[in-house]
Amino acid sequence: MSVTGGAAVAGRHAIAITVNDVPRRATVAARTSLLDCLREEWALTGTHAGCEHGVCGACTVLLDGRPARACLTLAVQADGARVTTIEGLAEGDRLHPVQEGFWECHGLQCGFCTPGMVLTAVHLLETNPAPTEIEIREALAGNLCMCTGYQNIVAAVAWAAARLRERSATP
Amino acid sequence: MKPVDFDYVAPPVLEEAVAVLASAGEDGRVLAGGQSLIPLLNLRLVRPRLLVDLRRLTGLAGVRAAGDGVAIGAMTRQADAETAPLVRERAPLLAAALAHVGHPAIRFRGTVGGSLAHADPLAEVPAAALALDATLTLTGPDGVRRVAAEDFFQGFLATAAAPGEILTEIEIPACAGRGWAFVEFSRRHGDFALAGAAVVLALQDGRLGPASRIVVLGSADRCHRARAAEARLHGEPPTASVLDAAAAVADAGLEPASDVHGSAEYRRHLVRTMTARALGLAAARLAAP
Repeated sequence: MSVTGGAAVAGRHAIAITVNDVPRRATVAARTSLLDCLREEWALTGTHAGCEHGVCGACTVLLDGRPARACLTLAVQADGARVTTIEGLAEGDRLHPVQEGFWECHGLQCGFCTPGMVLTAVHLLETNPAPTEIEIREALAGNLCMCTGYQNIVAAVAWAAARLRERSATP
Repeated sequence: MKPVDFDYVAPPVLEEAVAVLASAGEDGRVLAGGQSLIPLLNLRLVRPRLLVDLRRLTGLAGVRAAGDGVAIGAMTRQADAETAPLVRERAPLLAAALAHVGHPAIRFRGTVGGSLAHADPLAEVPAAALALDATLTLTGPDGVRRVAAEDFFQGFLATAAAPGEILTEIEIPACAGRGWAFVEFSRRHGDFALAGAAVVLALQDGRLGPASRIVVLGSADRCHRARAAEARLHGEPPTASVLDAAAAVADAGLEPASDVHGSAEYRRHLVRTMTARALGLAAARLAAP
């Protein structure tokens, strides 16, 4: 059987993924999820492992700019891709406006769901700078939070949307 | 929550993917977007020895005109098909169905072909394909063949695809001028539906013709054409009483199970109700194209 595609060595695969603009390499088993690769190979533990079967959204990252479940993506599938995790949003000490919104509006309690919530919201605001409350709720519907009751998360995203619009209006 | 170990290949050309898959026989599985397969792997409900990833077959992603209809590559991400102008124009029922698939994060990864080939009885894309009389193209070791959606879905997670065959494209014939609707009911937004209906209404000289379709999901081992309900439509004008009579028998032949999510009678009720809603929406689109 001819086996091609990915450099397979004894069931392990060499991959290269650009994470938060930093090129990274690893050699992983095919079954390794992108989630485990981020956390265990590269010590990027901001991406949280929740349900590990796609239900909770805690592990949401941006994969080539769009939200994806890191638990439902094999690391080998992301070979060559660009990934943004929660670690890639702030610029030094300056939080991303969505992170700032969560801070200002008390959009988190235990914080477990927050990285996935924030990345989902970042993508929402990139594609829809002025979402209605219903659109915010719709966009976040795939991210579960067991603490907040969601009210302050929705408020945080609306706050961030306003801040981002303000920013783009004042060059 | 970790899969058992498996081998993985991502062949650069379709012929090679087919050859590798065929040689693996029952131990091989196709990996498209992974949004159905990877949960099954993580839960160890499936234990393939080899995954053949189609991600490098870029020719399998994209939407093109096919006559007055539309053809969608199997690797087209659900979100991309949902928003493609050609799909919205020529197969709006499919676009509407795609909007119900999981959540955006799932649809950015999940593929149209993956959903069809997985053949979950609750999935939206197979129901839309069946209602739209779609034709599926399979490429295997013995060449290319085309299978009607009607013949493709064969049971719970079971399709007409033989070992070694890969679904490459779905073609939806022109359906301009027809009424259509997709509705479903789920306990939580984005969850699998308890029941749903995909409906196409086709007029012939002011009466509903044989191309009219009522497909229900949620109470069988696959998406299910409600033929008794369709029969109530044929040759009749699309009046409220005709649509009601059809919806009233939409659950005929179904034997839903009772479980924690709902009793059998509740599920039958939902199938009839979803069908009634879909028929009403489809008829309104007929009247105001």
